[in-house]
Amino acid sequence: MTKLSRDVIVVNELGLHARSAARIAEIARKANSNVWIIKGKRKVDASSILDILTLECAKGSKITLKIDDQSDLDVLNDAARQFETGFGELS
Amino acid sequence: MTDTGLKEIILTGIDASPGICIGKAYIVDIEGVDVVKKYFISEEDEEKEIKRFKSAVKKARDQLRAIINNAPEELRDHAYILETHKVLLKDKMLYGKTIEIIKNEKINAEWALKKVVSEVKSMFKKMSDSYLKERATDITYASDRIMRNLVGAETEKIADIDKRVILVANDLSPAEASQIHLERIKGFVTNRGGKTSHTSIIARTLEIPAVMGLGNATHSIKNDDLIIVDGTAGIVIIHPTEETLLEYGDRSVKYEERKADITRDSHLKAETADGFQLKVMGNIELPEEVVSVIDYGGDGIGLYRTEFQYLSSSSLPNEDELFDKYKDVVEVIAPKPVTIRTLDINGDKAFSNNSDYVEVNPALGLRAIRYCLKNPDVFRTQLRAILRAAAFGNVRILIPMISGYGEVLETKKILNEAADSLEKEGALFNRDVEFGIMIEVPSAVVIADILAGEVDFFSLGTNDLIQYSLAIDRGNRHVAHLYHALHPAIIRMIKNVADVAKDKGIKVFMCGEMAADPINMPILLGLGIDELSMNPQSIPAVKGMIRALKVKDARVFMKDVFKKKTASEVEELIKETFGSILSEKMYA
Repeated sequence: MTKLSRDVIVVNELGLHARSAARIAEIARKANSNVWIIKGKRKVDASSILDILTLECAKGSKITLKIDDQSDLDVLNDAARQFETGFGELS
Repeated sequence: MTDTGLKEIILTGIDASPGICIGKAYIVDIEGVDVVKKYFISEEDEEKEIKRFKSAVKKARDQLRAIINNAPEELRDHAYILETHKVLLKDKMLYGKTIEIIKNEKINAEWALKKVVSEVKSMFKKMSDSYLKERATDITYASDRIMRNLVGAETEKIADIDKRVILVANDLSPAEASQIHLERIKGFVTNRGGKTSHTSIIARTLEIPAVMGLGNATHSIKNDDLIIVDGTAGIVIIHPTEETLLEYGDRSVKYEERKADITRDSHLKAETADGFQLKVMGNIELPEEVVSVIDYGGDGIGLYRTEFQYLSSSSLPNEDELFDKYKDVVEVIAPKPVTIRTLDINGDKAFSNNSDYVEVNPALGLRAIRYCLKNPDVFRTQLRAILRAAAFGNVRILIPMISGYGEVLETKKILNEAADSLEKEGALFNRDVEFGIMIEVPSAVVIADILAGEVDFFSLGTNDLIQYSLAIDRGNRHVAHLYHALHPAIIRMIKNVADVAKDKGIKVFMCGEMAADPINMPILLGLGIDELSMNPQSIPAVKGMIRALKVKDARVFMKDVFKKKTASEVEELIKETFGSILSEKMYA
């Protein structure tokens, strides 16, 4: 069975801010089931910008992306790629 | 047109975007929707109410999409803010929650939305991160749009403005700001907002002058009033006199000409025609401004003002918050230096909960280093944050308002204690930072030789130095005209400081407005200033001027300067001697 979670690090300068959170929320809304962002002990719904912002992820934060359903693997990969490429903000 | 008998009024606000414009005011009165009707709905109307809410959201999405698509080319980069709002509209904490409340509490959509929004907003306002705190504003913009659609309120159509006007508004949401067609707007004036607000960022991108945070501009200014917006100084003049109009017309032309020179050649070195190199740095207040320093070809940050974090929140920022911001700046611009000026604040004014005592002369009162030495805990916190950030790049510490030797010793003692405490904790930091003082109090000029032994550099803060030396309050229009950087007294003071620095083998910088005006370059070169720091926009023009001059000529020229008896004589002499360079460079 494929792993349903991915560990990523927030690499963009401004951290996980409104613009990047919006990007993630949009991706997560395409999922069939739930997509979660976990930081430390907190777990939030990745389809909500506001939820994501409340995690207060600064640059360097380690977070885990998690899906509930195998069919959302593309969504998981897409979201993880956003983090890895710094949401296209790295100069 | 000007002879209306109306009195000239000057309003002072925040210099949100530089430049000068003169024109007719156009008042846009967009207030948030404050009055929200509250009523209960019956069981059978529930679905209808939810549908009404959903269609208001859909309409809001469509409106935002249209605004994004129609945004002028130059603003496309800022459309992401609107994209964010678009996604926010459907956020479950807003959208889902509102529908849930309509269902559970059987209340109308407006009321439900208002409840949800105030809850979410208060959650954000409690956050420690100032960036996230400000996101409460985005929630307001997004929800206001839904609310307006629900109550059917008309939105002022900024896109329909067809005159060349200066926009005067309470506040402009990013959506509103994006609809503005650049060619129709000369400038912005708003009651609210500040340097970090989206509107001011947009204004700076469009290079439209803007003054914000005026408080009551929409009341003081009437439609079609003739106004002058000086976005560089942060002032708005209503009903200007003939004289003022002429003065600003002139300034505006100069400003435009200078702007034309920008970017071109801005990345070339500031090297004189005879091979002498100067560093030209940028002054910043917000970490975000580092980008424009780099864009305009700055060699580093010569003055990082640190007051903003203290002024923008009701409580004192903690060490980590300060460290984060400093580190941001330091890392981005490394290995170029960042000169962090410690808190230059009037303690009472800054922390309003402390305002039990009103100072009669705040400029001469408990401010800057005086405040810090009286509140060593506040000071230590900042110094620790700076020393920690120093581990990530090239940091210099700059102490403001030094008036005597004792203050320098006391400051160094606290700085050492801060470093010791970090060492003891095993924290990541760098204690080996350059330590300098602002020379802005006349006494410091006179005892520069005494102070020099204790510091690595001097930085001339000419704005305060001129005010204190000539005893002129620039805010007082009856005496403001006496303020002159080229006053023979000022030139002699700078010479003394520069000579002492050379003699004692330390560096001398200048970070006041005097450093930003190309006309002053022959004198600053002649006196041997090592480094100049200014608002980023001024960097290219100053660099251009430096490249056109020779240090050798400037030194000889100083002999003539010292024969002149008044500021205007000095200015005349500069224009006579370097007029061709100045006019060729379009600065004169």
